[in-house]
Amino acid sequence: MSKIKLATVWLDGCSGCHMSFLDMDERLIELSSQFDLVFSPIVDFKVFPDEVDIALVEGAISSDEDEHKIRHIRKHTKMLIAMGDCAVAGNVPSMRNQFGVKGVTDRVFFDTASLQQQVPCQLVPTLHAKVRPVHEFVPVDVFLPGCPPSADTFYTVLSELLAGKTPDIASLTRFGA
Amino acid sequence: MSAAVDVKTLIIDGQDVSGRAGQTILEVARENNIPIPTLCHLDGLSDVGACRLCLVEIKGVNKLLPACVAAVDEGMEVTTNSEKLQKYRRTILELLFAERNHICAVCVANGHCELQSVAQTQGLTHVRLPYRTPVLPVDPSHERFVADHNRCILCSRCVRVCAEVEGAHVWDVMGRGIDSIVITDLNEPWGSSSCTRCGKCVQVCPTGALFDKSKVGTEHPKYPDFLMNLNVMREAK
Repeated sequence: MSKIKLATVWLDGCSGCHMSFLDMDERLIELSSQFDLVFSPIVDFKVFPDEVDIALVEGAISSDEDEHKIRHIRKHTKMLIAMGDCAVAGNVPSMRNQFGVKGVTDRVFFDTASLQQQVPCQLVPTLHAKVRPVHEFVPVDVFLPGCPPSADTFYTVLSELLAGKTPDIASLTRFGA
Repeated sequence: MSAAVDVKTLIIDGQDVSGRAGQTILEVARENNIPIPTLCHLDGLSDVGACRLCLVEIKGVNKLLPACVAAVDEGMEVTTNSEKLQKYRRTILELLFAERNHICAVCVANGHCELQSVAQTQGLTHVRLPYRTPVLPVDPSHERFVADHNRCILCSRCVRVCAEVEGAHVWDVMGRGIDSIVITDLNEPWGSSSCTRCGKCVQVCPTGALFDKSKVGTEHPKYPDFLMNLNVMREAK
């Protein structure tokens, strides 16, 4: 039997969920006998593969690039997991929603910049008017709240999913955990 | 000889229980260790049935009733935890989360918040409704406390504790529906209102909407239990 193809993705988040994922430490080695990590910020593959079994998505959808990525990921993934509060609820990135894109770019690139005051317009993705959770764009199969979900939560959830079981997420973690 | 106590016997979740006439379903359920989730209810304050989390099914009644204000009656058959009720409760919580800006990770009440913990016990892992992300004020004008309307769920505990226990009635609710907001005096800044600085509203606030400026980070547990002790000392009910 071939191994589970696991991917992890980093959209508009702080990478804290990936840090917590790595905090599984030696348990990650134990779990890794059951999967191949086919795409992740911590490995060198540049292209999201055509067939992925489980994708852990960290971060909210904040730009046209994020939206393009998440639609592509959904198309090529069997089980999509919203990993952490940003992916599940918008969380800290969504705090800009009250100010609008212009309010944010003015603040960052003019009010607080002392040199070369200008809004970058090349090679950077266009920001959406509002930061939104992943499930407002594509269907999500498993929601894993937490900021970040703890390493214990990751271990329990991944062990059960790899064993074909359905974990009771609410007993393990919550918003802001 | 004292008058005989008027006892009502009823069934809650298949369990035979009894309560005094005038007691609410919530009181009798909790006396019998039957949990019903609440947010706007607080022991020691009057009940207003605002949050609707405590809705229960009563046999023969074709609508759901809030257990915090529905009185027990002889022969009642109450269900507190059906699939239908769980669905309604989760939806109510989702509406609360979507209505304002509840960013748990950076909230002063993270880990000590009743909205957060009720959401967890009700199995809520995400909000299906689009977040409204409204623009709401934060009032830091008080020397000791802050009112952050982004976190307010309009439970009105602050309004009731200020009016009923402190006797000041500084807090009230202004506006209607989605525009409702808690205000001090006639919408004066909290700092220049007639607030007595007692801090009861901060202690009874279930979320991070009212908090103490001296608390940093997420180290802000609240102690609403003081209310019952205060009431006992005052020989109130």
